[in-house]
Amino acid sequence: MGPLNRSQTKARLSNSTLLFIIAGIIFLLMYGIALISFPVSFRQFQTFFDFFNLNAALFIVTLGMCIVMIGGGIDISVGAVCGLVTMACAMLLQSGTGNVWGALFLALGIGLAFGLMHGFLIAYLEIQPFIITLAGMFLAQGLLTTLHKEPLNVTIPAFVALRRFTIEIPWLGTVNRLGVFIPCEIKPSVFVVVVLVVIYAVMMKWSRFGRNLYAVGGNRQSARMLGINVKKTIFLSYVLCGLTAGISGFVFLMTTGAGNIGNGSLYEIKAIAANVMGGIMLNGGVGNLLGAPIGTLTLLTINELIRAAGVQSNLQAIVSGLLLYLFIVLQSIVMSLRDRRKFRLALPPWLRRFREHDQEEAAN
Amino acid sequence: MSLLKVRFNRWSHLFLPLSVLVILLLINLIKGVDYFKITMVNGVFYGNIPNILFGAAELVILSIGMTLVTAAACGQDISIGESGAISSAIFVQYVLNAGEVTIWTILAGFLLSCVAGMLIGAFNGTLVSYFNVQPMVATLILFLGGRSIAFIIDGKVSPILANPISNQIGTFIPGVPIQTPIILTVVFIVLVAVVLKTTNLRLYVEAVGVNPSAARLNGINPKKIIFLTFLIMGVCSAVAGFLAVNKAGRHDSVNLLKFIMMDAILAVALGGNSLAGGKFSITGSIIGAYTIEVLNRTLLRLEVNPEAIKAFKAVFIIILMVIASPVVRAFARKLLDKAKTIVTGDSVRQTGALDEAVVSMTDSSGKEE
Repeated sequence: MGPLNRSQTKARLSNSTLLFIIAGIIFLLMYGIALISFPVSFRQFQTFFDFFNLNAALFIVTLGMCIVMIGGGIDISVGAVCGLVTMACAMLLQSGTGNVWGALFLALGIGLAFGLMHGFLIAYLEIQPFIITLAGMFLAQGLLTTLHKEPLNVTIPAFVALRRFTIEIPWLGTVNRLGVFIPCEIKPSVFVVVVLVVIYAVMMKWSRFGRNLYAVGGNRQSARMLGINVKKTIFLSYVLCGLTAGISGFVFLMTTGAGNIGNGSLYEIKAIAANVMGGIMLNGGVGNLLGAPIGTLTLLTINELIRAAGVQSNLQAIVSGLLLYLFIVLQSIVMSLRDRRKFRLALPPWLRRFREHDQEEAAN
Repeated sequence: MSLLKVRFNRWSHLFLPLSVLVILLLINLIKGVDYFKITMVNGVFYGNIPNILFGAAELVILSIGMTLVTAAACGQDISIGESGAISSAIFVQYVLNAGEVTIWTILAGFLLSCVAGMLIGAFNGTLVSYFNVQPMVATLILFLGGRSIAFIIDGKVSPILANPISNQIGTFIPGVPIQTPIILTVVFIVLVAVVLKTTNLRLYVEAVGVNPSAARLNGINPKKIIFLTFLIMGVCSAVAGFLAVNKAGRHDSVNLLKFIMMDAILAVALGGNSLAGGKFSITGSIIGAYTIEVLNRTLLRLEVNPEAIKAFKAVFIIILMVIASPVVRAFARKLLDKAKTIVTGDSVRQTGALDEAVVSMTDSSGKEE
């Protein structure tokens, strides 16, 4: 097997990996710029953890959107579903009849219901995903306003305890001006994010469903020729996305503690932007699931950077739009150079050994 | 008989939008017989039908542009509301700074706003055609930043457009019994129809949408065509912004044409067009746009709880799309043929229909790659 492997050592990086590397580099670059220009705030670990603490719901929504985007679809109802779940759970908790577990199951149920509806209509009735998920978005928004219009605070003790619960890391932290040591804090929602990222990454990389989804997203016709059940795969991707949106709604409630009409608004746009920054393409079939959290981190870093720089509030949107423009153009230039084969990125020698090892294993 | 069949096939794509429109009108008629009543107030027609035509003016114009973009670029432009806000902000600033307002200042301001719309279209079009970015991602940039740009052009206030001419454009001209936005919409539709009839635009756009590489081999430059459709989209959004700002009488950069891209995309889909590009029907989109306006007004007329309007709209859209979905349509056609064979014992049409169903299925599945 030796000589055969040697001839394959120049294996090109796949598009997914290349885009993921670009996304990672962009994130490191942005965080580096942030560290250099605002060392006081960004050097604290708490700033980094706060990205997760405060935006856990966005991370989770982005994960669900990423799965659908890899399958070549789009789901723009996620933000509205997230908002609907927060309000429904808040009402259940406040009515006094439900406990925290009931609220969690309600969240999963709502998400699953939307996912099943979208999946069935899109996969089995072959309706365009944009229209169906747009209708889903309208439905979720309409149900949300029908349920309750005013902001609803959850005051049930069990939930407040869950919301206030934080995990302190004693060996990481900062000393404030008074000389008191403040340890870093992590909310339980961060663990939800981490667990979901690990589960989804493993699923997309090694499970049959994940590999089928890449094939379907890349080319539906050839996936069908290969014997993949295209409709079932697409159906499952939307169900997963709906379920993830339900979880994100519960996590959102854990973060803010109130049901509100504005909850989760524009999350679908933010999720698409984050995924694009993370190297997941809307055409489908290309993208690494780990790119989703990386893209979200990049988006949040940019927002934080713009806010820290004291840009006028009405210029903030323009600046973030411009940065998005730069990333999109950069991605596109790299991809087109690669298509013309002017740009080759061979694996570095120290990585190549692992690749050879992998291939040997695969051959055996 | 065969001539009739050919004619029917030619117009069959309009079956979906027209049937929906008819169903909605029937619901309205059942609710109250006086639906079509038109009254004359101050020498202008008022009533449900003129109000629908008046209210849907911007949406119709935007859906025309959206149809072209969808057909050529196989994706949607989600920044149309923002680009309308920016171009109308430029129009308002020009008119306010011009001093004396005559018909020529309005016209010059309008042309200026059209140029601005074309610039925005060129920005989006460059990204889509030359950088190969998906349309929705490319237009996301302006969707995020566009309203802020309009806000800055406005000088951080919402300027009021109080002059008799823009008032007349927004409402009616004395002596003309039809409201001006309706007339302008009709003029725009006629212009587009003339352009499509006299030029090869339709053929080229469809060729690029169906298969860009095949179009390139046939001597059509797909990049140029996609760029052109985005330019047209820019002009459409400028016209829509012009109408909207004249109707409202002031430029509110935050709420002008807000979330209209959803309705425009819906209009394109309701018109029987595939959102994955290819063949298109502008007539269908126009009917689809009016259908959405009728739907909105029907829900209001049925006295649906204002909080639940969106949910009802969603249910309606879902039912509609299920009826129109290729699977259900093929199933219905099969049922119909079975019924026909039982009645007449004639199996000729069945095979033809099957072929057609197969073709349409391969078409739809082949497009999405």
